[in-house]
Amino acid sequence: MAEPTTRHSPLAGAADRLARVTDAAGGAIAMAEVPFLTQLDLRLDPKGPAAAALGVTLPTHACTSARSGDVDVLWLGPDEWLVVGPPGAAERLAGQLRPAAGSEHVSVVDVSAQRTTLLLSGPRVRDLLALGCAIDLHPRSFGPGDCVQTELAHAPVVLFRRDPGFLIFVRASFAAHLADWLVDASVEYTGIPT
Amino acid sequence: MMLIPCPWCGPRNESEFHYGGAAGVAYPADPGALSDEEWARYLFFRDNPKGPFEERWSHSAGCRRWFTLVRDTVTNEIVAS
Amino acid sequence: MTGQEFRTDRGGLVDRSRPLRFRFDGRDYTGYEGDTLASALLANGVHRTGASIRLGRPRGIFSAGVEEPNALVQIEEPFPEPMLPATTVELYDGLVARGLGGRGRLADRPDPARYDAIHAHCDVLVVGAGPAGLAAASAAASAGGRVIVIDDQPRPGGSLLGAGSPVPELPPNPELRLLTRTTAFGYYDDNYVVAVERRTNHLGANAPAHLSRERIWRIRAREVVLATGAHERSLAFADNDRPGVMLAGAARTYVNRYGVRPGRRAVVMTTNDSAYAAALDLHAAGVEIAAVADLRPGGSPAWAQRCAERGIDVLDGHAVARVIGEDRVSAVTLRRKDGGPARDLDADLLLVSGGWNPVAALYSQAGGRLTYDEELGAFRPDGSCRQAVTVVGTHTPGIAVWTLPGGDPATAFVDLQRDVTVADLERATGTGMRSVEHVKRYTTAGTAHDQGKTSGTLTSGVVAGLIGAEIGELGTTTFRPPYAPVSFAALAGRDRGLRYDPVRVTALHAWHEAHGAPFENVGQWKRPWYYPGDGEDMVTAVLRECRAAREGVAMMDASTLGKIEVGGPDAAVLLDRLYTNMMSTLKVGAVRYGVMCRPDGMVLDDGTVSRLAEDRFLVTTTTGNAAAVLDWMEEWLQTEWPELRVHCTSVTEQWATVAVVGPRSREVVAALSPGLDVSREGFGFMTWRDAVLAGIPGRVFRISFSGELAYELNVSWWDAAALWDAVLAAGAAHGITPYGTETMHVLRAEKGYPIIGQDTDGTVTPYDLGLGWAVSKKKPDFVGKRSFSRADTSRADRKQLVGLLPDDGRTLLPEGAHLVETPALPEPPVPTLGHVTSAYHSAALGRTFALALVRGGRDRIGERVFAPLGDDLVPVTITSSVLYDPEGARRDG
Repeated sequence: MAEPTTRHSPLAGAADRLARVTDAAGGAIAMAEVPFLTQLDLRLDPKGPAAAALGVTLPTHACTSARSGDVDVLWLGPDEWLVVGPPGAAERLAGQLRPAAGSEHVSVVDVSAQRTTLLLSGPRVRDLLALGCAIDLHPRSFGPGDCVQTELAHAPVVLFRRDPGFLIFVRASFAAHLADWLVDASVEYTGIPT
Repeated sequence: MMLIPCPWCGPRNESEFHYGGAAGVAYPADPGALSDEEWARYLFFRDNPKGPFEERWSHSAGCRRWFTLVRDTVTNEIVAS
Repeated sequence: MTGQEFRTDRGGLVDRSRPLRFRFDGRDYTGYEGDTLASALLANGVHRTGASIRLGRPRGIFSAGVEEPNALVQIEEPFPEPMLPATTVELYDGLVARGLGGRGRLADRPDPARYDAIHAHCDVLVVGAGPAGLAAASAAASAGGRVIVIDDQPRPGGSLLGAGSPVPELPPNPELRLLTRTTAFGYYDDNYVVAVERRTNHLGANAPAHLSRERIWRIRAREVVLATGAHERSLAFADNDRPGVMLAGAARTYVNRYGVRPGRRAVVMTTNDSAYAAALDLHAAGVEIAAVADLRPGGSPAWAQRCAERGIDVLDGHAVARVIGEDRVSAVTLRRKDGGPARDLDADLLLVSGGWNPVAALYSQAGGRLTYDEELGAFRPDGSCRQAVTVVGTHTPGIAVWTLPGGDPATAFVDLQRDVTVADLERATGTGMRSVEHVKRYTTAGTAHDQGKTSGTLTSGVVAGLIGAEIGELGTTTFRPPYAPVSFAALAGRDRGLRYDPVRVTALHAWHEAHGAPFENVGQWKRPWYYPGDGEDMVTAVLRECRAAREGVAMMDASTLGKIEVGGPDAAVLLDRLYTNMMSTLKVGAVRYGVMCRPDGMVLDDGTVSRLAEDRFLVTTTTGNAAAVLDWMEEWLQTEWPELRVHCTSVTEQWATVAVVGPRSREVVAALSPGLDVSREGFGFMTWRDAVLAGIPGRVFRISFSGELAYELNVSWWDAAALWDAVLAAGAAHGITPYGTETMHVLRAEKGYPIIGQDTDGTVTPYDLGLGWAVSKKKPDFVGKRSFSRADTSRADRKQLVGLLPDDGRTLLPEGAHLVETPALPEPPVPTLGHVTSAYHSAALGRTFALALVRGGRDRIGERVFAPLGDDLVPVTITSSVLYDPEGARRDG
């Protein structure tokens, strides 16, 4: 692990603007980066013995997640999951997952820096996301713990319904674009034209 | 904007998918054994029917899985998936 | 001014306590809140709004809604907007508009308003909030569904508003959303309906800046209910276009909804019962009804009785023979339709009803067919649509009559907006046309702004009569989106400027910006192009950066390169099949340049392959191709070789990359990583090592894209800024120079390294690029191999990558310039030898040079050819593509 003091999260430079949106929206919407989360891309056969030996629960229903301790495992595809943990846990988690493979073909790739995370919450957050996302986020279709890979503001994202709102995983190179878009899309709630 | 049934993620907007053309055009087992004409047929010749067409799609903005469905090229109706 | 002399004393849905001032054609008027511009003009006695586009005939307000063909206006204030029907413009204070003679004028300044778009989902979408739509919405909501109701008017009610009837309330329900001022204009596959909501247009200059003026709704509905009502149609008769001629239902709407009398004395011409209600309502509001002419012999006894009770004359079997008045109807001549004496009636209003056409545009767009219904005298949805759509509503019976007898067909208008007359249709059918689609294109009927809403069926009917066909067999023209005009600003929404396409940046973007770099777009990425020093132009800056890389040390942000981790027991097998080179023989710790082709043998991408472990590789791709290459690998893995145990994971943003380039780069890397053996022997070309760089864990690759001694340093994206600063500090003593993409391009081009996508275009093989050395002869197969022996790919005269040296070393050839054989252009067509793909100033060569794809180029080395430059042809000499250090002596320092 690098010395934390050398690190810069992709949206460190946008923190003030996101905070201003949160202030100006008067409770309608809140948004902030959740930096440096541990993220591992896990690929394996969910029916193989390794899947049962991981020490975390693998959700097998499409677009759902499972929580084990401080780890969320998000379904990304029929043989792919995103394992999300607190900052600095990559070695611990990889060290836990890799031995489960045995002789099976399992891959665990550290992608913690590949995407950063935004937490969006507030009563108008679904209306805000609807401005740039074609997925139906109504509670009847997308409940707590559900996750989806899709596009938001034309950028690839993983949306994760996680109390108190939505965690948005966005690739680091798209993060500034998405932050700009969110600030702009919030104008209706902040009253600050861009 | 078609609603395409991803076999894994369920129905999603067409804009999340990549089109992969005709299904069932397998990479030849031994390309070296083919004549130029047979190889050209693999490379360049595809059916373009009016009506049901078996074709490949990839859910590129989602689970990235490839799959096959049958779409009516006149109505865009997905008649089998 | 007093004004509004045609306003009724009471009634209507306008708010008489809220007068609004507006100006039309230079005159000041007042109306009320709740008016449209059209109703306010009529309240002030203004019928004529402009002139027709082709013939310049005076035209007036004809309808009361979106179907309006005549009354197009130009909004001047608060912001210029062309071609809006006055019948759809809600009146606001300060509105300035003028009538149009056809075309409008776009604003000459940027629109300051905000436009956006939103996605919505529902179980039931109801289009139209008239009585049928409201009933459907209430039923769907009470069944527990998520319901959206949209209507183009400011309030629900639909036809009830025009009839002056009470409007039922929608039940309160959080899952029932009513969108007023919203027009559904497109019905696409799988119940995807697109609508535009006019959110603040009606507020004029008082619209708040933070709300979007218009919003596009992209609605996905499980079921759609179309309750879009019907549009009244006119009849073709001479001078049926005079101001004062108005659809009967529209006149009724003006009286009941807006409290406006559209005239003092009216003649009513009808073929059906509906116009009687208009006659009675106008009569009740104080409009004198000179007569109701009902074309049907016998007319409608029940309605005739009600008219008689009010003293209104009903003339059955009568038709309009003549309209008198040019700028405004002054009298109407009626005559029995089979002849007989004419009767002139003074009137300033002629109300017409030729029947009602169900509004079927959305149904038709959805893929549904229309069928001609004898009872309605109109086309209606046939209920056969494959999409989950239902059409609801009531219909008014009518008869199939399109033209009134007698009169000059040259002034009997069918399409008012396009000035198409019965005579025009006669001309079209006279040439032999038998399809309404052909007639439409020949005459332009139905092609105007209103898309023939009032004229389409009339056109079909007249044409059917002319050619002796059944209208049901003839059909209508095709309905296509948009149902009503939508501004480009609304369609663009917020997807404009920098938001048109996402901008991708590296972790070092802020540094590049702070150091004045202009940016080059590469795919969606912004890459620093060069770093101008004080007073430097681009050429000077790039020459300086190039010199630093060739003579000292330079550094660049190479983080945009695509990176894919390919892991699994069969990873080497996959790479052997997808790259032209052999990758399975690569040793752990080694790196190989690789080329990927499509099955047709054309280069798809290139990059490096580093073996991280026996079963793990790190693959790099060109900046713009990362996603495509990952998709390519997945496609082959999933669809052709599912038996291969391989996983591919994008790590493009996991790793930031800093290239350190130049003869002094070894010292810089040594200073950054004291524990790393950077010696020539200890860290050879095309190998990689784990290393700690200025305290940051990472990887170092001995890769060169310049021909110089060079290293690529990879650390976590989070640590990129710290590494960049450390490299700057470690290189300071050597004058380390940051460089951008332009210098990178010059350096690689001097070495003849192609850029896939710049020097290639999908028709170029590895052999064409001189990369035959990277094509394995040992592997039995790989994607593309078979194609190299096709006759076309093995031709000797294919275009090949070569260098070009202009005679004048100051001449920079334009990229894309074609090359010709002779110093003077022959007669066209001029045969081309090929074209320039890259051209630069070279510090190392002390002159300009270029790369080009030239027919049989390698056999032409040494030949002089010519390139057009401005009006001249300039001589250039073909050379090897490798112009600098052809021995490769510099790569190890």
